[in-house]
Amino acid sequence: MSNILEIKNLVVSYGGIEAVKGINMVVPEGEIVTLIGANGAGKSTTLKSISGLVKPKQASILYKGKEIVGQSPDFIVSQGITLVPEGRRVFPNLTVLENLKIGAYLRKDNLKDDLEYVFTLFPRLREREWQMAGTLSGGEQQMLAVGRALMSRPKVIMMDEPSLGLAPLVVKDIFNIIQTINKEGITVLLIEQNANMALKIAHKAYVIETGTITMEGTGDELLANEEIKQAYLGKTK
Amino acid sequence: MTEKKKTQLKVLFSLIALLVCAGMLFYVNHYTRPTFMLRTVLQLGAIYALVAVSMNLLNGFTGLFSLGQAGFMAIGAYTFAIFTIPVKSRSGVYYLYGVADWLSNIQIPIWAAIILAGLVAAILAAIIGAPVLRLKSDYFAIATLGFAEIVRIIVGSSPMNRITNGSLGLKLIPKFSNFYFPFIVVGICILIVSLLIRSSYGRAFKAIREDEIAAEAMGINLAKHKQLSFIISSFFAGISGALMGMYLGAITSTTFNVTLTYNILLIVVIGGMGSITGSIISSFLVIAAREWWLRFLDMEIFIGSFKVPLLKSGFRMVVFSLILMIVVLFFRRGIMGTNELNWNFIINRLNKKKKTGGESCE
Repeated sequence: MSNILEIKNLVVSYGGIEAVKGINMVVPEGEIVTLIGANGAGKSTTLKSISGLVKPKQASILYKGKEIVGQSPDFIVSQGITLVPEGRRVFPNLTVLENLKIGAYLRKDNLKDDLEYVFTLFPRLREREWQMAGTLSGGEQQMLAVGRALMSRPKVIMMDEPSLGLAPLVVKDIFNIIQTINKEGITVLLIEQNANMALKIAHKAYVIETGTITMEGTGDELLANEEIKQAYLGKTK
Repeated sequence: MTEKKKTQLKVLFSLIALLVCAGMLFYVNHYTRPTFMLRTVLQLGAIYALVAVSMNLLNGFTGLFSLGQAGFMAIGAYTFAIFTIPVKSRSGVYYLYGVADWLSNIQIPIWAAIILAGLVAAILAAIIGAPVLRLKSDYFAIATLGFAEIVRIIVGSSPMNRITNGSLGLKLIPKFSNFYFPFIVVGICILIVSLLIRSSYGRAFKAIREDEIAAEAMGINLAKHKQLSFIISSFFAGISGALMGMYLGAITSTTFNVTLTYNILLIVVIGGMGSITGSIISSFLVIAAREWWLRFLDMEIFIGSFKVPLLKSGFRMVVFSLILMIVVLFFRRGIMGTNELNWNFIINRLNKKKKTGGESCE
């Protein structure tokens, strides 16, 4: 299978301090790839660089073989890479429907089918179509954030800590949805602190520590790895 | 089917409401004295409504807190005046400094001058927008405020004497050709703004107001949309400036000082940031209160030989300010909040009242 995203030697610095120190990773088409690591390891920065929200110091990011470094975020979204930002970031004073329509902002064609698709995926959102997004529960807001991203018809959906601040049961729902989306052919790049859940559903996983990739493998390989168990899964020998 | 019927009913009611408004204007025009205060309040209220809506587009819908509205109004008013003062009376208007040669024989029709007033304001907004829109919140407010002051001072400065007549100001600006003129222009402009806000551009503006980073992640080009909102807002501010010039008949640079911006801001805040109908309602209310209903407070009143205390010239504004404070304290989000006064809103309100047993829901 071909790689839909190839990240080569990504370096990002914030005011002279390097947050990401030259990482290399590939995202094969149609798979779930996860990037796990502690706070401040550079996970979010990596995603933001791919989506164009942060300008990397140096990098080559190939999307379907084409260089996308230096492109504007709206161009990158229009090409089919959409970010579900950390902490959900729905538009609180707009209705659920408006939120979804903004997700499809760059598309000028008919949204009816896509709305229907999102509503079948998340029936709760259909019930709350006219409700302000700020009045939804945390889990519903996360569903809305994912739904909003799906409205742009992405080929690659990048999720920044979708489980953040959610109850365990809701987290399970969200991960089920991630798998559903993936089965429909959308490539998922997931970053998580909840390593256990992320590794269970991932086809491929990377571990990032203070800006460098220290380990990679399939999800199962890393789940079985002793170091990972100690550092991220909270299991002792 | 029922949805369709509902929409039809709403359209019907809207048409009736529109007819009632038109009928009221007709009545005021034909059956009141020409000096009646209500005429002033309606015309001035309409002009303020337009500039308040234009400010709301920027401050309330796009979340860019601008204080430059008076500057753009000044540009609109001066552009309009310069091109419409009758050629034969120019030498009288520019009696001290004389009129610039290129200007002395140009006179364009009123409608063209109104559009030109908007365009000049919009072009200036496009020029200053690129650097100013990089600033965030407070800094943006300060920069736009500074811009408005610069415009005011340049317009009234001596190098501009032969164009703007410097500190003497311009007079003999053509007045409204009939009573309805400002309402028609304002109505068309506000209709355009509300259609814009209901379009996908309007949604993008609101997204930027709510969360810039999320909006950017959804593929909304921040710089482009902020610029667009700024230019459109300035365009309509320019048009309202032209109407203001027509209404007053004479303008000087001090007509458009900072106080004017604050008055507009006040209307927007009282009406509700992010509500077009709120801005319209509040502009009529504020103008009526300030110019009409509270006038009696400025006059000394004697009951028998007892002189009512405090009532003297200027006391009106004290009471007005007090009312404002009370309004802001108890309606913190303005009269309408971010809602619009439309049939859905009214129906929801009525249903709510029924449920709570007719109690006030505020």
